[in-house]
Amino acid sequence: MDQSTASGGQTVGPGLALPSKLIKIVGVLTSLLLTFIGLTAITFVIGRVMPADPVLAIVGDRASQEVYDQVFLQLGLDKPIYVQYFRYLSQLVEGDLGTSIMTAQPVAEDILRFFPATLELATIATLLGIFVGIPMGVLAAVHQGRWQDHIVRVIGLIGYSAPIFWLGMVALLIFYAKLDWVAGPGRLDVFYDGIVEPVTGVLLIDAALSRDWEIFHNALSHLILPASILGTFALAYIARMTRSFMLDQLSQEYILTARVKGIPEWNVIWNHAFRNVLVQLITIIGLTYASLLEGSVLTETVFSWPGIGQYITNSLFNNDMNAVLGGTIVVGVCFVGINMLSDLLYRLVDPRVR
Amino acid sequence: MAAEQTLRGWLLAEIPESKLQARCQRIFISWLAFIRNPVAVIGLLIIVGLVGIAALAPWITSSDGLEPDLANRLLPPSSEHWFGTDGLGRDIFDRIIWGSRITLYIVALVSVIVVPIGLLIGTVAGYIGGLVDTILMRLTDIFLAFPRLILAMALVAALGPGLENAVLAIALTTWSPFARIARAEALTIRNSEFILAAQVQGVSTIGILTRHVTPLCLSSVIVRLTLDMAGIILTAAGLGFLGLGAQPPTPEWGAMISLGRQFLIDQWWVPTVPGIAILVVSLGFNLLGDGLRDVFDPKSGG
Amino acid sequence: MENSNLSEPPLLSVEDLHVSYDTPTGLVRAVSGVSFELGREKLGIVGESGSGKSQTGRAILGLIAPGGQVRARRLEFEGTDLLTADLRTMRRIRGGGISMIMQDPKYSLNPVMTVGSQIQEAFRVHSKASRKEARARTLDMLRAVKIREPERVYKSYPHEVSGGMGQRIMIAMMMIPEPDIIIADEPTSALDVTVQLQVLAVLEDMIRTRGMGLIFISHDLNLIASFCDRILVMYGGKVVEQIRAVDLAQAKHPYTRGLLNCLPSLDGGQDELPVLKRDPAWLASPGTTP
Repeated sequence: MDQSTASGGQTVGPGLALPSKLIKIVGVLTSLLLTFIGLTAITFVIGRVMPADPVLAIVGDRASQEVYDQVFLQLGLDKPIYVQYFRYLSQLVEGDLGTSIMTAQPVAEDILRFFPATLELATIATLLGIFVGIPMGVLAAVHQGRWQDHIVRVIGLIGYSAPIFWLGMVALLIFYAKLDWVAGPGRLDVFYDGIVEPVTGVLLIDAALSRDWEIFHNALSHLILPASILGTFALAYIARMTRSFMLDQLSQEYILTARVKGIPEWNVIWNHAFRNVLVQLITIIGLTYASLLEGSVLTETVFSWPGIGQYITNSLFNNDMNAVLGGTIVVGVCFVGINMLSDLLYRLVDPRVR
Repeated sequence: MAAEQTLRGWLLAEIPESKLQARCQRIFISWLAFIRNPVAVIGLLIIVGLVGIAALAPWITSSDGLEPDLANRLLPPSSEHWFGTDGLGRDIFDRIIWGSRITLYIVALVSVIVVPIGLLIGTVAGYIGGLVDTILMRLTDIFLAFPRLILAMALVAALGPGLENAVLAIALTTWSPFARIARAEALTIRNSEFILAAQVQGVSTIGILTRHVTPLCLSSVIVRLTLDMAGIILTAAGLGFLGLGAQPPTPEWGAMISLGRQFLIDQWWVPTVPGIAILVVSLGFNLLGDGLRDVFDPKSGG
Repeated sequence: MENSNLSEPPLLSVEDLHVSYDTPTGLVRAVSGVSFELGREKLGIVGESGSGKSQTGRAILGLIAPGGQVRARRLEFEGTDLLTADLRTMRRIRGGGISMIMQDPKYSLNPVMTVGSQIQEAFRVHSKASRKEARARTLDMLRAVKIREPERVYKSYPHEVSGGMGQRIMIAMMMIPEPDIIIADEPTSALDVTVQLQVLAVLEDMIRTRGMGLIFISHDLNLIASFCDRILVMYGGKVVEQIRAVDLAQAKHPYTRGLLNCLPSLDGGQDELPVLKRDPAWLASPGTTP
């Protein structure tokens, strides 16, 4: 897909030489733009496909013909499709995601309120996936075929074969209902609601900032179970990919070279093989984080976690199309953004690509 | 037995004498490689089991799992109700068995939509190349860029809940990887000499695509399909859990978990058992997919 | 047993070496009873793919792939029994006593480490040198293998250097801990002919000045004949002939003769190049022992 030339520049037009780096950047930006247009086109089409009448949704079904016509013109529904799409796009670029039917607030504001909760979950889950999943994957690769490998593979298999919402429910049953080790659904006990100053929206950070350790502890207690569930999913994937990458590297010639040099085995594994895997893991971690944003939809429902997943789900049940589409676009943009970021990082870190 | 010997001999002969024999030989050798992996065989058994109980449903169940029986609500597992009864008194075992048909329906329907679309777009893009390739791949990338469940939710929101709409939504969000795989294979193949030979013989582009390129892409696509199937089932279950898939009283496993959620603490079997069913089937596809990939494309994994 | 250095004991003694692999389709014998001794000389092992020549080299270093088994009546390096040596001893010997150069620097050098850090590493594993010392030594080695801008090459990555330079880097890396024996496994097979000669010249220079022993593994009989002192011809995991390079024309084993006959000569005199006819008896016989 990359249409830029190899090293060296490229002449464009009458003797105008452009450095290849610039061309690459322009290429990436164009790609981003096209994807964004594609995303919005899809959501726009979905919005038009719905059988519900958008005018009726706003004015109600007892409005007079005059009011109906007025709102019809206001929404620009009399204009041809591509004009409507253009209008839609320009609104999006300004950050106007429409108004929520449910809350009568701008969708963009609502999303901003709910997003940090999801970010909190996804981040902690990804960290879990990284710090537990990677060592597991390396362990399995180094001991390929033996019991360590089998255990890691089984855990991984269960991790991504189990329906995440079911896993969440079972975990709630065991760790909350039966063992009482963690707090229940929700982000905070109702008792503590609204006490902490919402600086970032991330409860842990906010509580730490106001040095309210009781609330911090409570927030943590609520966070730990859903984060672990999402984290299990993350670590299953990361462990599996790490194992696969490590096995691939360990069979390479340069590993033999390292051993011939007399380097101790742990050094060969971590300093030589793993360093080559690190680069590929960046992409994997990016993918994981992005898919956790999505996986949190179901987890948030189970744990009554007020994040963007809950928001989209509730909007869906209330036929609030603006909110649903707005949420979809935001998550979609994040998805694309994260993937693009990890791709960029990959190019920066891998000396072969530079 | 003499008859067995000649069949095995026919399958292992050095030089096949007909196209049919060659094809059977290839399948047989792949099968031998496949069964060397015990875990993959377990996956195959699970899927075969799934098909089996779906087919035998009328004979192994005692009811159709749809009629409420309020006198027998929320009974724990017993010899009469192996998995207990749910909030409306329906036998959970029966509902699970009937639900397997729905799972298979989803699997089949999604495959039937996704594979042809993916193959079509992928092979055309890879073989023809140029602008067509760029446009088609842009389209593929856009769908790939979308988070699967959320896009499916948006689609179902627009189309309305229901099993077929959920299947359509899932299909629209999962065809992209197959197009990419088919394209990659087509790119590799299109410069081969036998393609050149076919072109020289005057075979049309469509002919080349259907008779030469597509069959070669098929095995990679099928391996990937099996590997993705678990994800598809989980997405379908997720949609069902959110109430966006099959509507009650249909015994779709995800929906069963959602309905049973309120009984989680005291009658744990109601939401837990359908989840185990989903887990087992998903596991089966993952194991089968891993096994197939080890046979057909051992370089790409551990 | 012909050994050019009868005055001192051999560096390496190999007696009845066997390397076999347990595969799903049965036991594969890669090396079946190879014996030879190596002094401070250049020994060539020539054979085709599958003859077991590379496996012999790996077996000496104890770096056979998992699933393989090494057996021998004797496998000794400078008095140390390589079969029973513990891991720490083996790690000391690897690099510090016996080293190995591999075929293709594209694959045998770590792609994400700079050239300098890789060479430095080889030095610091076997000495307690500081980073500054190691860097200085590395630059010296790079100069010794005739690399003209050692500072620049030090900072570069393996994919940024040519094949010939990569092999010289490999030589530098494997020589820096000052081993007594170097095993070169097809060191020039991945290089252009002109570059081959340069690399070989560097290799020979280092071996001569340090008085090392060399095991040169190749499929190229001509190359080995011109480069080495003694030749081991391997076929089917066995040694079928041991001969001095100067005596090669008088080789007795039909396989060696067959190889010699296959080589085209510049003087012409052949209408058709003969094709080697393999005699299954060569596989059945036990092979020569010194």
